[in-house]
Amino acid sequence: MKAFAALLDRLVYTPGRDAKLRLLADYFARNPDPDRGYALAALTGTLDLAQAKPALVRDLVEARVDAELFRWSYDFVGDLAETVSLIWPKRPEGEVPTLSEVVESLQRAGRRDVPGLIEGWLDRLDVDQRWALIKLVTGGLRVGVSARLARTALATWSGKPLAEIEEIWHGVTPPFTGLFAWLAGRGERPAADATALFRPLMLAHPIEDAELNELDARAYRAEWKWDGIRVQLVAGGAARRLYSRSGDDVSATFPEIVEAMDFDAVLDGELLVGRVTDQGWQPAPFNDLQQRLNRKTGVRGLMESHPAFVRLYDILLDGGEDLRAQPFDERRRRLVAWHGAHARERFDISPLIEFADWGRLRELRAEAREASIEGLMLKRGDSPYLAGRVRGPWFKWKRAPLTVDAVLMYAQRGHGKRSSFYSDFTFGVWRRDLGGAAELVPVGKAYFGFTDAELAALDRWVRSHTVERYGPVRAVEHALVLEIACDSVHASPRHKSGVAMRFPRVHRIRWDKPAAEADDLETVTRMVVAAS
Amino acid sequence: MSDPARGGHWIRPTPTGLYVEPGDFYIDPGRPVGRAVISHGHSDHARSGHDHVLATRETLAIMAGRHGQDCAGAMQAVAYGESLVIGGVTLRLAPAGHILGSAQIVLEHAGQRIVVSGDYKRRPDPTCPPFEAVPCDVFITEATFGLPVFRHPPDRDEIAKLLATAALFPERAMLVGVYALGKCQRVIALLRQAGYDKPIFLHGQLGAMCDVYRRCGVELGELRPVIGMIKEGLAGAIVLAPPGAAAERWARRLPEPLVAQASGWMRVKQRAKQSGVELPLVISDHADWDELLQTIDEIEAPEIWVTHGREEALVHAAKARGRKARALALVGYDEEGS
Ligand SMILES: [Zn+2]
Repeated sequence: MKAFAALLDRLVYTPGRDAKLRLLADYFARNPDPDRGYALAALTGTLDLAQAKPALVRDLVEARVDAELFRWSYDFVGDLAETVSLIWPKRPEGEVPTLSEVVESLQRAGRRDVPGLIEGWLDRLDVDQRWALIKLVTGGLRVGVSARLARTALATWSGKPLAEIEEIWHGVTPPFTGLFAWLAGRGERPAADATALFRPLMLAHPIEDAELNELDARAYRAEWKWDGIRVQLVAGGAARRLYSRSGDDVSATFPEIVEAMDFDAVLDGELLVGRVTDQGWQPAPFNDLQQRLNRKTGVRGLMESHPAFVRLYDILLDGGEDLRAQPFDERRRRLVAWHGAHARERFDISPLIEFADWGRLRELRAEAREASIEGLMLKRGDSPYLAGRVRGPWFKWKRAPLTVDAVLMYAQRGHGKRSSFYSDFTFGVWRRDLGGAAELVPVGKAYFGFTDAELAALDRWVRSHTVERYGPVRAVEHALVLEIACDSVHASPRHKSGVAMRFPRVHRIRWDKPAAEADDLETVTRMVVAAS
Repeated sequence: MSDPARGGHWIRPTPTGLYVEPGDFYIDPGRPVGRAVISHGHSDHARSGHDHVLATRETLAIMAGRHGQDCAGAMQAVAYGESLVIGGVTLRLAPAGHILGSAQIVLEHAGQRIVVSGDYKRRPDPTCPPFEAVPCDVFITEATFGLPVFRHPPDRDEIAKLLATAALFPERAMLVGVYALGKCQRVIALLRQAGYDKPIFLHGQLGAMCDVYRRCGVELGELRPVIGMIKEGLAGAIVLAPPGAAAERWARRLPEPLVAQASGWMRVKQRAKQSGVELPLVISDHADWDELLQTIDEIEAPEIWVTHGREEALVHAAKARGRKARALALVGYDEEGS
């Protein structure tokens, strides 16, 4: 528990991705099996533990601590796991149990033995270790590490390619002893679970308008880049899996898709929600999909109001036949043939767009207004399906961004290289009431898009226009206009303004523009594209 | 303010500070007075402008270092253990273990002994002598960390965390936020105890107090100002600065600083995160909850008065231990040096 607790404690405070990777890689390098395997499982959400309710932990502490003192403390700290870990009356004593000892005991224990086990460990652990234990047994391990990041750390530490780790990820189980043996160079590469294997996706490079003319239009095929989540469908034998782009299994979130996967193939596509019309599926904006993504399982009501479908891009395997080495044009032909033979109401094919030259494609891109379109994909007709982001065969050409002139309201300090810079900017637009009085409502937050020189200038401005400070945040005079670019604007009842922006970034700093002339909320609201 | 002292009616809280009537002096007064007895050098306890100040030699040196030699009309140094009579009161200073020169004030009058703890802690500190438990009738204790969630871990674990992090990020500077008086020198001394013998780099505001400590005989090893260093020269270095300096432009001379802070408040994750700290170090110069209770048990005073901090929980706990206890509302003490 010692090293694991120290790792969690450091992760909680470490905002930077690179620093997190370093902490994780260091942990994997220094700790023995099966501890590091259980830690990996806990971080990637694959640890199978009978979970304790927070109420159990509360009962334990209330039996040991003066009620009044506990109440004052809980009020002050605000988080149950942390209050308990801090207030637990005993100074640590005896051997600190290992993570494996804790996990394996809990896996063996009957329900009634769990409270006694936890209490015994709380007596042996120090504050950080108690916190880690409580988070582990109550299943609330939120330390800002995704499964993808944990796998990336395995690659960093071992030097093995991430794509290879992702391929076998779904064939290995905690405590991952075989995986670690291979990563440490002491064993064979574990066999992937061939029936439900994730194949790393082929990704596209971004391309700008101006770069297009260097490419031969005739060599490329174009299709819309749909604004959903990229998925891989793997089905064969008894196995059916729906994987996200990073290889996480999202089957449980979209049971209706899994149900329709009664075939033997591996497909690449975009998962969308929408509704069926005479012309087939009409995708809804990304925000509608977001509601489904927020749930770990399919919720009946949401499945009916936000039904999901997959718009297919590519076919990787058809039956036992691996098509990845075939050129795109051939795979496309096979995809169409496959779809003809296996028509399913949950799947359609992303259509190819006819165009003679880049000029025509530019026009089509400019005309596309549907919220569900993010831009265009360009794929070389002769490109094989390659793992990862290879420059050349595939490009994504995003739609021209929307821009909003907003007023800077708050600035927050960054981290690491930016820790002495105010680099996270909250901006707002004007809302006018009937009498014409205007107030600023925050509509978003941006922390990139500017150059280093612009950041320095913004930082100077923030420091000399601060009106109030709250910890690392400064409220500033409402006097600077930022031109904010974003991919799209969505209705969002969770925000005070009623709107949310996708990928907002600082496009230009409008030193010249008076704040009163910034956009108003009505303008921004008009940018919201309603579900069609 | 409630009824003045029940246990000892000759000492009472006033808006200016604790007033000792038969000796006509104040303890740590918040504004200029005729006669002041100062427990230690933190600015909320040691203000300038009194006609006459009595304190340890070290505290007087700190005050002079901060406010200048003429910060009081007259300064009278008293060594730990030495007693003297002021009016009808016998006064003696006992080590408090808080920072260099910090003292408890032991007062006797009319057959009754009252001890004013000032700020104190119980764990060993290489920069000052340890707290001395003085039996008394009334013990007036601080309660900065008067909640059972505040239990400081061993100093060496926190220092080990700092050194391990520095080793893991050798291209970055460890920027440790510390108060200029007390915490700064303690962290340096703890690093030296842990065997760290490289130069430690200081923000310009920290040099003066380190000099005072050295003149008082505290070993701090090689200290260097940050100013004048090239950025690359500070990779992997430990740099001490006042809290908040990380947000200042000053910090840009450091290579990708990793922001740490040494304070008892770092114990609570939410509080540490809000302050934007990447490496919280729970190192405090105040007694934690266990030390407060340990002290109340050792002193065996039948009556406990609790001053600045979270009084209610400590009063509650003292009563549960069979003591008479009450909160003394003393205003004007902040959290400096916590
Ligand atoms: Zn103090």
